[in-house]
Amino acid sequence: MSDVFERFKPLAVQVLSVEADKVTPEASFADDLDADSLDLAELVMALEDEFDITVEEDELEGISTVQHALDLVSGKLPA
Amino acid sequence: MSDDSPTARTVLVTGGSRGIGLACARTLAAAGHRVAVTSSSTAVDEPGILAVKCDVTDPAQVEAAISEVEEQLGAVEVLVACAGITRDGLLVRMSEDDFAAVVDTNLTATWRVAKRVVPKMMRARWGRVIVVSSVNAYIGAAGQSNYAASKAGLIGLTRSIAREYGPRGITANVVAPGPIDTDMIASLPEATRAAMEAGVPIGRIGQPDEVAAAVAFLASDSAAYITGAVLPVDGGAGMGF
Repeated sequence: MSDVFERFKPLAVQVLSVEADKVTPEASFADDLDADSLDLAELVMALEDEFDITVEEDELEGISTVQHALDLVSGKLPA
Repeated sequence: MSDDSPTARTVLVTGGSRGIGLACARTLAAAGHRVAVTSSSTAVDEPGILAVKCDVTDPAQVEAAISEVEEQLGAVEVLVACAGITRDGLLVRMSEDDFAAVVDTNLTATWRVAKRVVPKMMRARWGRVIVVSSVNAYIGAAGQSNYAASKAGLIGLTRSIAREYGPRGITANVVAPGPIDTDMIASLPEATRAAMEAGVPIGRIGQPDEVAAAVAFLASDSAAYITGAVLPVDGGAGMGF
């Protein structure tokens, strides 16, 4: 889990142009990280590349915090 | 910044083996850009232009072709979508296949190629999408219900890209040629060509280079504030529409 977060963090910093210390598991994409739909689309594409996963559009429903995204990614990684 | 020569970009021209596409490829290569062309049929053997075979209606071929371009020239920064076909006929006699084939190649495949190249433009915060439509998109054309519909669709596609990715430094514009001296026109009966010329205020059929000049301008740094535009290159044929 922490490994996923460590890989997630620099991507979020780069794609969302935010300070690293703002990227916490509790952070809300919309409220704390000021991410719009274009930012999120770009972040999803970056995560797909980084973790070699595929994320379908309907899986993104309800993903509003960093923790949600980490769970989604973790659930797709080989055990 | 003492060097005032324009930045060299990686350019992909679909339908670049002949006609307007080839003219665009040559013009952009001459301007110092790294240019790749895709073509489904004719082989291209042009110095300084990377030719990749690709049927743009096949998603797997699009993926393979653009991956090859990226490997050899880097991520595509300028897309010139030129691949297009005609299957003319009267609406009342046109087959489902002839309608679908034209929309697939001209419209759906342009969407497909744009979808493949735009993510890297987003990441780079810079990109140019230039779509070659037609004056017939807005004036219509007897015998071209399929072609005109596909070319009109390209305007909506391009303007949506302009709105979605403007915040990422990507511009998207349409060039709308009138009658241009290409194989597409050469195959028409002489009387049809003469009628076309008569409908052009400038009084002649245009040259592919004249379309390429407009495309090169839209690809240039000077055109950074132009997006969602439809630029006619038609000798005045479509004025007012």
